[in-house]
Amino acid sequence: MKCRTCRGPAIIELPRHNANFCAEHFLQMCRRQVEKAIHDHDMLQKTDRVLVAVSGGKDSLAVWDMLVELGYQADGLYIALGIGEYSEESREYTERFAQERNLKLTVVSLRDDYGYDIPTATKVTGRVPCSACGMSKRHLFDKAAVDGGYDVVVTGHNLDDEAAVLFGNALRWDVEYLARQLPVLPSRHGFPKKVKPLIRLTEREMAAWCVIRGIDYIVEECPMAEGNRHIGYKEVLNLLEEKSPGTKSSYYLGFLDRMVPVLAAIAATGADSVTPCVQCGAPTGGEQGSVCAFCRLVERSAAHEPVSVELIRKKSRSQKRVQAEASKK
Amino acid sequence: MKVILRNPRREIEIEGRRRVHALLVELGLPRESHLVIRNGTLVPGDEELDKDDVIEIRPVISGGF
Repeated sequence: MKCRTCRGPAIIELPRHNANFCAEHFLQMCRRQVEKAIHDHDMLQKTDRVLVAVSGGKDSLAVWDMLVELGYQADGLYIALGIGEYSEESREYTERFAQERNLKLTVVSLRDDYGYDIPTATKVTGRVPCSACGMSKRHLFDKAAVDGGYDVVVTGHNLDDEAAVLFGNALRWDVEYLARQLPVLPSRHGFPKKVKPLIRLTEREMAAWCVIRGIDYIVEECPMAEGNRHIGYKEVLNLLEEKSPGTKSSYYLGFLDRMVPVLAAIAATGADSVTPCVQCGAPTGGEQGSVCAFCRLVERSAAHEPVSVELIRKKSRSQKRVQAEASKK
Repeated sequence: MKVILRNPRREIEIEGRRRVHALLVELGLPRESHLVIRNGTLVPGDEELDKDDVIEIRPVISGGF
């Protein structure tokens, strides 16, 4: 196999581009895809102060690495979620990455700073773990960006992530979610601007970026995300991709080109009545004088005794067994 | 060859030589969601793996939102 650009020995094949690349030209292809996403969607300016939401996984460390390489002023924010060894290990990878490159990293700990963790919040809310986790992270990234005077928050959502979310939204024909599934959320009502520079790159490409660049990241899956819906959607999309390379990018990038303009009127409606939370001051969609969802979660979860990851996983497995048995009847 | 698999981490022994894509097919692992790594370097699909190689097959799907 030869590199499409230099004809030297290739190290990776990318069927969706009908091409193979050596390490140098694979990295060049990735940088160009990120620059194109940033340019086409007006994501970032070189003068912006950028806050990267980092988890210790491949995508967030790769996007931080790329933005610094491309000359952006990018700091990191890591949230310690309290998911047992998984969180401890992912924090170590993130701190090592920042130290080795002399980058600024801020760490917020749910347990130390807010008195709860994700397993406990999951038990208290009775919902899937990703629900309390996603809500906590969104709130704290927004807060850190506003408090720190950052112009924009960057997340490591890649093409597979966005295609899987799109697939889920389309399966339910959730038109409002479809209308708002955009790679850039502008700053409004006290929320910071949020952008996703990796929308043109797959997870396999991001993992390859990390291997080539010598970035150590947490390979193990979050124990609380095990078997969640999005992973199932990704597996289905990857089956289609194997049979017909390029399916994921034409699905998602085609959505951005051709469906987003159709849905623009829906995206412009709603969520205009935002008031400050009476406890933390963060913008919330509730009525005047209401408490935001994050403060309500903190209040309930911090009052509960800490719950272990294993307990939540055990409960989740037994619920799945019951559901599987019920579906057989 | 020794093959290191992840999630959970475990090791298996495969007898004889294999091309990378044949090994993935044999193990039922889709190419789109895995990378094959030998001595810290990516190995392309058509490369032949030697019986003495130690390789890692790394899954790339992550799930949390």
